[in-house]
Amino acid sequence: MITKRIIPCLDVRNGRVVKGVNFDRLGDVASPVDLAEAYSRSGADELVFYDITASAEGRALFTDILTETARRVFIPMTVGGGINTTADFDRVLKCGADKVSVNSGAIRDPSLVGKAAKLYGDQCVVLSVDVKRVDGVFRVFAKGGRENTGMEAIEWIRRCVGDGAGEVVVNSIDTDGVRKGFDLEMLEKVCEAVRVPVIASGGAGCVEDFLTLFKTLPGVDAGLAASIFHFGQVSIADLKNRMKEAGIPARI
Amino acid sequence: MVALIDYGVGNLFSLRSSFAAIGEAAEVTSSPEKIRRADRVILPGVGAFADAAARLAESGLDEAVREAVRAGKPVMGICLGMQLLFDRSLEYGEHPGLGLLRGEIRPIAERIGPGLKIPQMGWNALIFKRPDCPLFRRIREGEHVYFVHSYSAVGCGDSLAATAEYGAELTACVWRDNLFGCQFHPEKSGETGLRILKAFCEA
Repeated sequence: MITKRIIPCLDVRNGRVVKGVNFDRLGDVASPVDLAEAYSRSGADELVFYDITASAEGRALFTDILTETARRVFIPMTVGGGINTTADFDRVLKCGADKVSVNSGAIRDPSLVGKAAKLYGDQCVVLSVDVKRVDGVFRVFAKGGRENTGMEAIEWIRRCVGDGAGEVVVNSIDTDGVRKGFDLEMLEKVCEAVRVPVIASGGAGCVEDFLTLFKTLPGVDAGLAASIFHFGQVSIADLKNRMKEAGIPARI
Repeated sequence: MVALIDYGVGNLFSLRSSFAAIGEAAEVTSSPEKIRRADRVILPGVGAFADAAARLAESGLDEAVREAVRAGKPVMGICLGMQLLFDRSLEYGEHPGLGLLRGEIRPIAERIGPGLKIPQMGWNALIFKRPDCPLFRRIREGEHVYFVHSYSAVGCGDSLAATAEYGAELTACVWRDNLFGCQFHPEKSGETGLRILKAFCEA
């Protein structure tokens, strides 16, 4: 039986993990490569690297990090941040990324998903969407959640999956950072709309939030989080054991 | 030396890195001569069957694979590379494969029922059909490996070595004499995957 995936997300700026990171007993880990290796050892099913660098120098450091990680870590790696063209896909895939996540780049150029899917296959293209309720309607937000595009979220997701997105990451702006659980209402709507894997993001505060997510919505394939793993509120090994005890398929 | 055949399909960076991690010499190559000199051969691949089969034929590397199999060298196909070893595929039409293994490649949608996602993407447990398969020497039944696929091999007969449960039992590993295949990605399957590659190097 296929297992539910647990995915830590690493934000990288100028070659370092953003925020001081306290991982298990390793203390302050700022090297993304060391952190990726530690996550892999603790049972992470996949890694997401998010490039929040603006400068060209930072971008070069980022690709070095991907290359070094792919030399040492043998689980799937998704890369996002600053993906605007198929040349950007090429740049990160060459460094050992398996999947590439597009967000604002797809909003700016709606043909990007289709073009990338033709070149690299649907399985390689991950649509990442920042969604927020506005007057009771799910809207797509751009620029890291700062700008309302006015697009209806479920329709946008359906369209991108139709164009070839092989997986969808749903980031709920409403629950992000609140740590009171994933946005089950929003995720349910997405699961009803598409048949590709759906990854929940935004709102996890404790182990129970993941258990509730997978128990309530069997259509959700993976849970993604950043700071609760980085700061050690939730250890991935512990989370996996609790999932198994709760009858949720997990890779231990 | 393990030859990792490069025929322009997919990225071989992780595969090369995983052989380095287990201390086995491996070389990415598209030279028939180097493949001839190699002790073992890996046929990788991601993407569409017809395109990959055409590239393999155009480059003449299909003959290098056949020759390695005839010479009795351990040869392993990974993901689409495994699918290419079979008689034919029904992915977007009907396309002949290398015909080194009996069986054909069909959409998993035909078999898994309506509730499950396509592709199968993620970690699934191996169910051994041939526990004596040399690839399993260093792993146990039930260990998880990483799959990404929408098509799978059916009608493999005796060569079916392992399956994974995804609405139906889908072919995960095949084995006949010196010929091996993994539908999943050992180079993306953590420690378990590295042990399978190690076992291949000892086969």
